[in-house]
Amino acid sequence: MDNLQPILELTGVNKSFGSVHVLHDVDFRVHPGTVTALIGDNGAGKSTLVKSIVGIYGIDSGTVKFEGEPVHIAGPMDAAALGIEVVYQDLALCENLDIVQNLFLGRERLRRGLLDEASMEQSARETLASLSVRTVKSVRQSVSSLSGGQRQTVAIAKAVLWNSKVVLLDEPTAALGVAQTKQVLDLVRNLADKGLGVVLISHNMNDVLQVADRVCAMYLGRIAADVPVTKDTRREFLVELITAGRSGEVGIRNEGASV
Amino acid sequence: MSTDHDASVAASDFALDNRQVTSIGSAWDAYKSRVRSGDLGALPSLLAITVLVLAFSLSTDSFLSLRNAQNFLEQASPIAVIAMAVSFVLLLGEIDLAAGYTAGVCAAFMAVQLRDGSSLPMAIGLAVVIALILGLFTGVLVAKLGIPSFIVTLSNFLTFQGILLLRVKEGGTVRLESQSLRDLVGTNMSPGLSWAFAFISVAAIAIVTLRKVRSAHGTVSTSAAFLKLAVMAVLIIVVTAVLNIDRTPPKGTKTLVGIPVAVPAVVLILVMLTFLLTRTRFGRHLYAVGGNAEAARRAGIRVERIRLTAFTICALLAAVGGAFIASAVDSVSAKSGGNDTLLLAVGAAVIGGTSLFGGKGRMLNAVLGALVLALIPNGLPLVGTKTIFGATIDFSSSGIQFILAGLFLLAAASVDAVSRKRAA
Repeated sequence: MDNLQPILELTGVNKSFGSVHVLHDVDFRVHPGTVTALIGDNGAGKSTLVKSIVGIYGIDSGTVKFEGEPVHIAGPMDAAALGIEVVYQDLALCENLDIVQNLFLGRERLRRGLLDEASMEQSARETLASLSVRTVKSVRQSVSSLSGGQRQTVAIAKAVLWNSKVVLLDEPTAALGVAQTKQVLDLVRNLADKGLGVVLISHNMNDVLQVADRVCAMYLGRIAADVPVTKDTRREFLVELITAGRSGEVGIRNEGASV
Repeated sequence: MSTDHDASVAASDFALDNRQVTSIGSAWDAYKSRVRSGDLGALPSLLAITVLVLAFSLSTDSFLSLRNAQNFLEQASPIAVIAMAVSFVLLLGEIDLAAGYTAGVCAAFMAVQLRDGSSLPMAIGLAVVIALILGLFTGVLVAKLGIPSFIVTLSNFLTFQGILLLRVKEGGTVRLESQSLRDLVGTNMSPGLSWAFAFISVAAIAIVTLRKVRSAHGTVSTSAAFLKLAVMAVLIIVVTAVLNIDRTPPKGTKTLVGIPVAVPAVVLILVMLTFLLTRTRFGRHLYAVGGNAEAARRAGIRVERIRLTAFTICALLAAVGGAFIASAVDSVSAKSGGNDTLLLAVGAAVIGGTSLFGGKGRMLNAVLGALVLALIPNGLPLVGTKTIFGATIDFSSSGIQFILAGLFLLAAASVDAVSRKRAA
């Protein structure tokens, strides 16, 4: 997997808010067809990294390459144009609208200047079907009638409807029960199998071990480790990376100097 | 329904989309489950209309008279128009407390302009410009500066009232010097035109029904849709036939026959606004901002611009409502658009099922709600003094009218709240 060219590559990224140095020389790569888990304690810099990727925060230094080309992403619209989508924790769905209306929100298809409902409905069905979504009864259901897992599914479908190449998921299973978590994780795996680069931000080590190909641990604004997940990867190893920034031979060595 | 379409769906499980709802029974079940899930639609207002019409026609003979039918429709028309105006900002979860006085101010400028010898298009143009200025003023304060619309429009309520007073001079009235404007509320279409309007309406409803059935791929019951169409067609034809009966009073000088002109005027506005809300991108974005402004913002919708536009449309429609108000009495006074105008309009929208929290509501509901709230002041004075359970009540007193209107509003709001609670 590592010999493939990364679809998204950040090198030496720094970001400060005033005197607070939030991202330290961060190198981060997303490969197509791979689920990269981004783990770290609260305040480790995961959200800042994601927001820097999609241009909500401008970076102070470092380079961003997309498909090998250096790019400047000035905002979410630039990111979307490249094919980078984020599914935020609060999902950003309109509960009063139905699934089709939410999927196409802000990018409605028009025919002779009017909403082309038939075509949007058809594409919504196809997208959900291609993601093997089996739990939604009707694409014309209003989002308020959906369960948490179904909402997460709709939010993810909304992100991939636009032929996206990279999808960043912020804690997609945080609020879900066991069965719904499984549905969403299946969907995450499914996205990677379709060739997308998937970034999964999670606090749940079981989710990470179950679905991720690589894991990238952040500790106090630095990348502590970027390692493949194998069947030998232990939960305790990941927890140590999160809490101490190192585990055995892996991790940040000169810890005292950095903080 | 093409075969490849079915094939793609077969990979998934859209059980409801695939279910063929063909019988009226299953359509009724679907409707019941929708009502149970908190989506009451037009139900409360239709129920209220039925109850009020039954109660009034049982207690007095004059209520069901032909001339009262015309009165009623004409009394309801300004409320309906201003209710539709306010619905635009209610859909965003905002409010415009000054919509009534916006109507009054625009009507006053128009009437004064006409009195001073200006042509009708000039006067209407001036009213539109004034409405644009007032709407943009409110919209900029709410959307750009972020001041709560309740506060902004509460101050506007006073400010606009002041402008109206200055324009018509205290205590004075300005006569509406335009026959065509005076005819908007108060005259009728000829019986021939009335029938033409009725048949165009039925044809339009039929076309919409057919389109709906065709694009629904069997998810809507065809028979139920056609039953609904038939009921509406019969209703329209009966109302037209009744209104086409000559109702000139014995010593009347003017022949009274046909559908009041105000009816097609309101219907035209209703159709145009419904189209704007349901078939255009702007309408979709309006609902989205009302439902979840943050989600709309992230979807790339320019939330501020939608808010600004909604307040401007509200003011423009209020100005149209002002023309109705002025036309009803053929003049503009310091009270035009004041009193309970705004409260009735907001009440009409809410009784019709528009949520004060935004994102939910239809234009048709505002019109139905206006019919409910117009029934009360129309019917009660005709009922007069009655003795119920030994207590003598003067139903024609405005005290009783206000109390009843208030109770109906409260009932509608409670029905909405209870249905929401059950759904949650």
